[in-house]
Amino acid sequence: MATLEAARAHLTASTLAQDSAQLRVLTCGSVDDGKSTLLGRLLFDTHSIADDQLSALDRESRRWGTQGEAMDYALLLDGLSAEREQGITIDVAYRYFSTARRSFIVADTPGHEQYTRNMATGASQADLAIILVDARKGVLAQTRRHAFIVATLGVRHAVLAVNKMDLADFSQARFDEIVTEFGQAASMLGFQSIVPIPLVARDGDNLATRSARMEWYNGPTLLDHLETVDATPPAEAAGFLLPIQLVLRPDSDFRGYAGTVAQGSVRVGDAVVALPSGRKSTVARVITSGRDQATAGAGEAVTIALSGEIDIARGDVLASAADAPRPTSRLEATLLWMDDDAMSPTRDYALLLGPASAGARVSTVRHAVDIETYREREASTLWMNEIGAVSIEVDRAVIAASYRENRALGAFILVDRASNRTVALGVVDGIGPEAATTPTRRLDSRAVAHAVLSTLTLGSVTLMMSGDAAVAVGVAGANVVVSAILNRIVAPR
Amino acid sequence: MKMLSRLERLEAESIHIMREVVATCENPVMLYSIGKDSGVLLHLARKAFYPGPLPFPLLHVDTTWKFREMIEFRDKVGREPGTNLLVHINQDGVRDGVGPFASGSRVHTDVMKTQGLKQALDKYGFDAAFGGARRDEEKSRAKERVFSLRETGHRWDPRRQRPEPWALFNTRKAKGESFRVFPLSNWTEADVWDYIAREGIPMVPLYFAKERPVVRRDGMLIMRDDDRMELLPGEQVEMLSVRFRSLGCYPLTGAVESEATTLPEVIAEMRGSTVSERSTRAIDHDGTGSMEQKKMEGYF
Repeated sequence: MATLEAARAHLTASTLAQDSAQLRVLTCGSVDDGKSTLLGRLLFDTHSIADDQLSALDRESRRWGTQGEAMDYALLLDGLSAEREQGITIDVAYRYFSTARRSFIVADTPGHEQYTRNMATGASQADLAIILVDARKGVLAQTRRHAFIVATLGVRHAVLAVNKMDLADFSQARFDEIVTEFGQAASMLGFQSIVPIPLVARDGDNLATRSARMEWYNGPTLLDHLETVDATPPAEAAGFLLPIQLVLRPDSDFRGYAGTVAQGSVRVGDAVVALPSGRKSTVARVITSGRDQATAGAGEAVTIALSGEIDIARGDVLASAADAPRPTSRLEATLLWMDDDAMSPTRDYALLLGPASAGARVSTVRHAVDIETYREREASTLWMNEIGAVSIEVDRAVIAASYRENRALGAFILVDRASNRTVALGVVDGIGPEAATTPTRRLDSRAVAHAVLSTLTLGSVTLMMSGDAAVAVGVAGANVVVSAILNRIVAPR
Repeated sequence: MKMLSRLERLEAESIHIMREVVATCENPVMLYSIGKDSGVLLHLARKAFYPGPLPFPLLHVDTTWKFREMIEFRDKVGREPGTNLLVHINQDGVRDGVGPFASGSRVHTDVMKTQGLKQALDKYGFDAAFGGARRDEEKSRAKERVFSLRETGHRWDPRRQRPEPWALFNTRKAKGESFRVFPLSNWTEADVWDYIAREGIPMVPLYFAKERPVVRRDGMLIMRDDDRMELLPGEQVEMLSVRFRSLGCYPLTGAVESEATTLPEVIAEMRGSTVSERSTRAIDHDGTGSMEQKKMEGYF
């Protein structure tokens, strides 16, 4: 393997340069707004489609396409036969491409309401959402629904892609009208940035190249923005948290606790506590990537060995002894119901939160959310694709955190014990009887301030200033300015 | 907070998936098909369970038509400490004389690969099987879950697949159901090669250019790996410097002309290529939706 060794040495420099951060992007919007077309065209413009795939596309465009003789870029994404036959997107498609500046994973999600759960799945993993609007139709109920879900699942950056501008005479007035309309809806959703871009996705206007047909627009092209947006997640609270996935016990000499670090970092010699038992020990070994290390941090898959053996099982959490969260058996949460059968308050579901699993009952529906107005309305259950604020009673103590503070311990799914179907996804708003304010409350200007504040984890003085500025402009409906202000404030972090 | 790089993030994600399987399934197995994706998968698995040995066996479904260099490489991997390699051949298919030349690619793949795989999974009672498939390979794979639920009889129903928000996988299943699990779902061909270079993972020499005996057939360069490949009238064997981008049964896998003999050269060539990785795989081109059809029948 002499060649391999030489190759490895030679490669180190170039590989490191390419081993850059990755942006996970979601496209969403109403049916026929052109999501798949936009992504397909973006892949085409970034030379991400191979010649043999292009010739297959040409053949399929003639057979299934909706663009006459022209290429139907949507067919690059709609990978299931049923999708090609019906000309719609049913399931999430993941596409991968890279430019010289960044690599991207894009989830192309369905617009139809019945497939909202697939859209939510894509949103849970995204750093940025491209929300498409048809310039002729403007902001629709489904646009508002998607914006709401995206925000609820913690996506902090949005692009308002106003598509099919050619069918609206490339009108700046029409574009501004839609931006204002969306700004009013989204002002209460707490996005950190919203960048509106006028497009003709089919022809590539303002995707990778600036449109000559809309010279009044002087913002970035979509690709420019995707390549440069700062999507660094806010710094999370520091205490070390490791949800245990499994106990490795290859022989009698070694017992290791394996999992992905949810928060903070760990170092050999640290004092830790196992939750919910409360037993304490000291870290003897930290193993990541197949070797012993001195330390490991959030996002890394680790194995920890302790100096004194204590009883720990899958679903327990290893935490910094100095800063351990308290176990709870009650969660205040926002649920998205995903099953054909409505939520039943008398039924026991399995709650999966990280590697923890417990029996769970939805004891209270505080309210459902009207996705068109974002107002609360009374409800006793949740039907498919409905969102509501609920209380969940769990049959044993679990370690959970507010989703805003911690993604890994603030997200969960509910599974029906009989059918094994995943029936709901949820985010934790608060734990125990003292629930924190939920993001689904009806929003007035004070709530806007709260939403803006709670998406940012900056120093309190700066926070107050950015919050006030955001409220002032946000209520006026010019969210573009808000995003600009927030970007400026956030940038130096 | 330290930001993980692209490869670090992908590695951690894959290890997390493998650990979920071992923690929640009773009898997992890793499908080992010898190529670059399998090599990466095996390397990640060793890291995931270090310092212990692999907590599951490797399974190779041998169609009896793999390149000889692949089989040599496989047997070497199988002899490494802590590795339990199972090899399964569909003996019914052998008895019936099924092969790519005698039966055509579609029947050969169905009998020797899909049926062979199902026989092996049933024989050992595996309830979860890791595969190295990536979503960037093919567009029905782009819709695949990380945990792909297979019904009794191993059939894949795209409409019954479960949503997978965050990294939360619902691994519950009824008796008779099983999972195909794809830890490399979010990796691209470029990620795989970059990772191979970074980690120094050994690869089958077929990925590197060398003078090899090839025959031009149906627009592909087929390497004549043994004399079971009979020459058709007008055909001749040429010695050309070729390599393979993707490995399968030798009569169904096209070579590409190349001078790339080192990893950096292979990576540079891949980045500059204008054709897709699977363009050299005959079974992908049995009609639009053919991969989806094969998956429904129980293929990976």
